[in-house]
Amino acid sequence: MKENYYQPEIECASVETLKALQDERLVKQVKHVYENVPYYRDLMDKKGVKPEDIKSTADLHKLPFITKADLRDAYPYGLLAKPLDECVRIQSTSGTTGRRVVAFYTQHDVDLWEDCCARAIMAVGGTKEDVCQVSYGYGLFTGGPGLNGGSHKVGCLTLPMSSGNTERQLQFMTDLGATILCCTPSYAAYLGESLHEKGYTPETIPLKAGIFGAEPWTEEMRRDIEKSLGIKAYDIYGLTEISGPGVSFECSEQSGMHINEDHFIAEIINPETGEVLPEGEVGELVFTSLTKEAFPLLRYRTRDLCVLKREKCSCGRTLIKMSKPLGRSDDMMIIRGVNVFPSQIEAVLLNEGYTPNYRIEVDRVNNTDTFDVYVELSPEMFSDTVREITDRENKLAAAMRTMLGIGPKMHLVAPKTIARSEGKAVRVVDKRKLH
Amino acid sequence: MSVKQISVFIENQPGKLAEATRYIAGHGINLRAMSIADTKDFGILRVICDDPEQSAEVLREGGYITNVTEVLAVGINDAPGSLATILEIIAKAGVSVEYTYAFLGTRMEGAFMIFRVDDNAKAAAALEAAGIKTVEQSDMF
Repeated sequence: MKENYYQPEIECASVETLKALQDERLVKQVKHVYENVPYYRDLMDKKGVKPEDIKSTADLHKLPFITKADLRDAYPYGLLAKPLDECVRIQSTSGTTGRRVVAFYTQHDVDLWEDCCARAIMAVGGTKEDVCQVSYGYGLFTGGPGLNGGSHKVGCLTLPMSSGNTERQLQFMTDLGATILCCTPSYAAYLGESLHEKGYTPETIPLKAGIFGAEPWTEEMRRDIEKSLGIKAYDIYGLTEISGPGVSFECSEQSGMHINEDHFIAEIINPETGEVLPEGEVGELVFTSLTKEAFPLLRYRTRDLCVLKREKCSCGRTLIKMSKPLGRSDDMMIIRGVNVFPSQIEAVLLNEGYTPNYRIEVDRVNNTDTFDVYVELSPEMFSDTVREITDRENKLAAAMRTMLGIGPKMHLVAPKTIARSEGKAVRVVDKRKLH
Repeated sequence: MSVKQISVFIENQPGKLAEATRYIAGHGINLRAMSIADTKDFGILRVICDDPEQSAEVLREGGYITNVTEVLAVGINDAPGSLATILEIIAKAGVSVEYTYAFLGTRMEGAFMIFRVDDNAKAAAALEAAGIKTVEQSDMF
């Protein structure tokens, strides 16, 4: 594959050039944030840091961290750094206990985000000749809008499919000759199986590459998908808080994701102490957005555990690489691409009159996540008919879907059958081997 | 007009039903009739026994989720069409049947049918009007 860049002057810039750009942007960004976001000003004042203390990226560690809890406290406008009338878009993700994260974008923010996605598409060989099928969800979820914008920037013919409706996905993929597929890895695996059932073989479809993200996946799954669809499968990483997909992306080398360092500074910290760790060590990934105008986060703790490595890459890019997330430093699960916290499940159960005795079981069967929640039935809920119990289970599953954006299979079980332990209850059984 | 049925929630796992019935036996409760509704995850054991309220209490003390429901019991002739006739009468009265099961009597000849319907009084009245008597708890033991 011929190497292909969207912005080679950045993607292949010398480390010194990147560093100088980061220094300059960081100083400007800290000033912007301090002046326009009272919430941040308080955080910095409390830590005794003034904007003038930040002279380069070497001073980054002086800044306070910001966490999901801050985002919740500041909801919805508390972290906004631009007047609302300069904002053109929001994207959102579910947060803990039901409060969502709402991120704001100016037109400039949208442009830069789409540039990041365009880099990811070109890194997998995408050009204006390509037909790019975007099968991530469109809407509040950043997957669809991000890759859609990136695909436009590259000049691909964009198929804005959104997720679901597999029949239609396959019809457009085959009739219009999609060459690049963007979706969650589990959906890619499912599309592959569905194509085989219809009698297609990898040789009969023009698909050549896939950009798959929004959920954890393994090297085995990559090989399965590559074989099943006859493509190269690439990882992409991002989060709504920072912008969306395209914070980092894989190149032809398929050995880690290049971080778009002109827009984001990555650090790895010890999640217990907050201490910055040297390159190559496993720790929590922290991002500082350098160019975001409306919703700029400084030192945002992602809770993803990763390793950073700067080494010469055969693709020619000099951007630092991050490993796939190796785990989480909190209890968040990603199920079928959706972020799920046990606390959200607990909130629904209490709200619906159940006890907080529950067990969550997650597994991956045929490359698709299964999601089961077991909860104890209380005597007053019991009736002699199966229908009333299954109605209860369905009602609970619907309430879960409203809260989480994804519906578990609910199971009502007899009282006192869910194990209780002295210390922290084991509420989550994740049987997937993701890392 | 109606009889009291005890329902017990049983998880669909090996040994759970044996455990529950052993518990029932251990407390001297004699089952006159029973049926089980099952799903992938759980089953509902439904039983008719004497002194249902006391028996239900015993089950609750044993940690079982238990519920007492009024159901109709009808003596039924051992002849083709007997069940169909009863169901037609209930249907004509506009009453819907949730489930039904049969058992053999000891004091009376023939079989009994248990009907769990959404309106006991209406179904019983329709059956009486057609000359079919519903059975009382005391008739069964």
